[in-house]
Amino acid sequence: MTENLAIDVDRVSKRYRLGEYHHARSVGEAAAAAVRRFGRRRVRPEEIWSLRDVSFTLEEGHALGVIGRNGAGKSTLLKILSRITEPTAGVARTRGRVAALLEVGTGFHDELTGRENLYLNGAILGMSRREMARRFDEIVSFAGVERFVDTPVKRYSSGMYLRLAFSVAAHIEPDILVVDEVLAVGDAEFQAKCVGRMHSAEREGRTVVFVSHNLDAVMRLCTEAIWLERGAVAAEGSTESVVDAYVAAATSQDQGGAPLMHTGDVTLDGVRVLDESGRPARTLRRDRSFAIEVTYTINERVPALDMSVLIFNASGMRIMDEAWSDTEGSRPDRPGTYTVRISVPPVLNVGEYRIGMWVGTRYDTLLFEPAAATLRLEGSTKGRPERAVELYLPWQLVDQHARSPAMEADSGRSP
Amino acid sequence: MSVTAEWIENRPRSGLFRLDLRELWTYRELAAFLALRDIKVRYKQAVLGIGWAVFQPLAGMVVFTIVFQRLADVESDGLPYPVFSFVGLTVWAYTSGAVTKATQSLVSNANLVTKVYFPRILVPLAAVMPGLLDLAVALPVLVVLYAIYDVRPGWALLTLPLWIAAAMIVAFAVGVLLSALNVRYRDVNQAITLLVQLWLFLSPVAYPTSAVPAAWQPLYAVNPMSAVIEGLRWCLLGGPPPGAWALVSAAVTILLLAAALTYFQRTERRFADVI
Repeated sequence: MTENLAIDVDRVSKRYRLGEYHHARSVGEAAAAAVRRFGRRRVRPEEIWSLRDVSFTLEEGHALGVIGRNGAGKSTLLKILSRITEPTAGVARTRGRVAALLEVGTGFHDELTGRENLYLNGAILGMSRREMARRFDEIVSFAGVERFVDTPVKRYSSGMYLRLAFSVAAHIEPDILVVDEVLAVGDAEFQAKCVGRMHSAEREGRTVVFVSHNLDAVMRLCTEAIWLERGAVAAEGSTESVVDAYVAAATSQDQGGAPLMHTGDVTLDGVRVLDESGRPARTLRRDRSFAIEVTYTINERVPALDMSVLIFNASGMRIMDEAWSDTEGSRPDRPGTYTVRISVPPVLNVGEYRIGMWVGTRYDTLLFEPAAATLRLEGSTKGRPERAVELYLPWQLVDQHARSPAMEADSGRSP
Repeated sequence: MSVTAEWIENRPRSGLFRLDLRELWTYRELAAFLALRDIKVRYKQAVLGIGWAVFQPLAGMVVFTIVFQRLADVESDGLPYPVFSFVGLTVWAYTSGAVTKATQSLVSNANLVTKVYFPRILVPLAAVMPGLLDLAVALPVLVVLYAIYDVRPGWALLTLPLWIAAAMIVAFAVGVLLSALNVRYRDVNQAITLLVQLWLFLSPVAYPTSAVPAAWQPLYAVNPMSAVIEGLRWCLLGGPPPGAWALVSAAVTILLLAAALTYFQRTERRFADVI
């Protein structure tokens, strides 16, 4: 074992039995299950390998990004690194204190005050009472809730609640920090603060493992990355090369073949970019409209099923987020395969874009694919490559007070 | 960075029994905070607050005195029936409450179990602690009852911590077993009410152990609460000292605790997957 390793994962596999996931939770369900079993005799529970022979190492003080689709095994990997669950085979070794931030505000109780929750949450994340007492003021002011520390958190606004919850997380000082998507909370200003904290954690020599759908955040925070696909490592190395491979694979898949993503209820079969005349294309002219075509299958009726097409630019900024529910008209929710198309007017500047897909309901995200397809817009930037959109809005002169004769001369009148 | 930090391994566990006391010690504050949280939450927005800890056994005492002494004429080892039942009721309130809370503890803390690592045993352990506060508030009421019913405890009062600890261990052992079972089979949550009710009738709360026929004494002692309640009456009220059968109760408690911890250890690795 090398001296300066912080994480050493050696052929780790994790099996879930589906029967356990959906275990009978009451006498009634158990009885119903027993009746079903009686007819079929012994049924082997379906097994799913969430991780299969995953190995990697991470040196102390390095930041590793973990990317991959929903269900690729990212969360399972984090749970094994943080010892929340045990591998079925293999060994995961970590050195030093590990803190896992799989969600913010774990253990928060509505009836308790901000202060009480901070101490409890700190203890849950492995912070001693003394440590918490020392950093208490700092945490409270980071969250900006000084006036409400002795108010029960049930009276907090959701923003205050999240800020308080994240602040504890941002102030723990473990040797290894395992983070899952928690950056996706709060307003832009607070998010910037959080990214700052993660950067300083890295600078202080902490080892960071960061799982995110936000490829841009992964690229900013991590020097190396691994890409998980169906429980196995599909690529590893520098963040840039891994993200490139991931995006390229996501793009090539939309030329048919395996479905992009799948949950029990909905399958996302494919996302295609079509040029003005309806032909699939990846490179398009900037000054022509194009269409995004989504094919999906509803396996199980989902009331009020909604979806959204997102477009990200090369620096990860969300340029567009068009939800079907923003428009009039009914959306199908019965089982079947559907193809929908939205047309994008020629407003985007020249550059590389990534198309994301979200499928869900008002309450639930069923699928989120941040890199369902990519496209490239070509043409002239008119000397301003940094602007996101080009709208060519008409300029109207609505008032004028001509003053100098020269101006009058310019406009063509004789003196 | 602590280059000297030890490697922590996460691998498929084998072996029958493993209790990492050193690790438990490092997490002691978490157990305390979890217990503290339960206490605070319970008494928030309750007007009587901790007063319930006194009011409940007192009300029980009045009802039991009317029903069991006046109507059923149950004997009480020569002690005034109200004090006799008060002691039984307070310790029973603790044990039944702690067992119920502990049984539900893992499931009601599922968000912790699936999101953070810590020794899982802390959850049922923390669940049997808040009840001790109620006990500490309710027992001093005995001083008033001593005066009213002219009862005096003897030197046996010194053994009080022993009996409280015994009640705690019994509640912990049963709670640990049931909490782990409850993760897998939610039926346990339904059955717990019935179980606690039956257990009450099998424990000498309303009647003395001496009312049980001699031939049944060995079997009766299998219920650890028989020794705990008898012991407390001896300690607090100067009742008859616990007999040799108390050793059976002690042995059963130790076996139960060992079995419960073993089952817990064997299943805890799957809690986050199954809960």
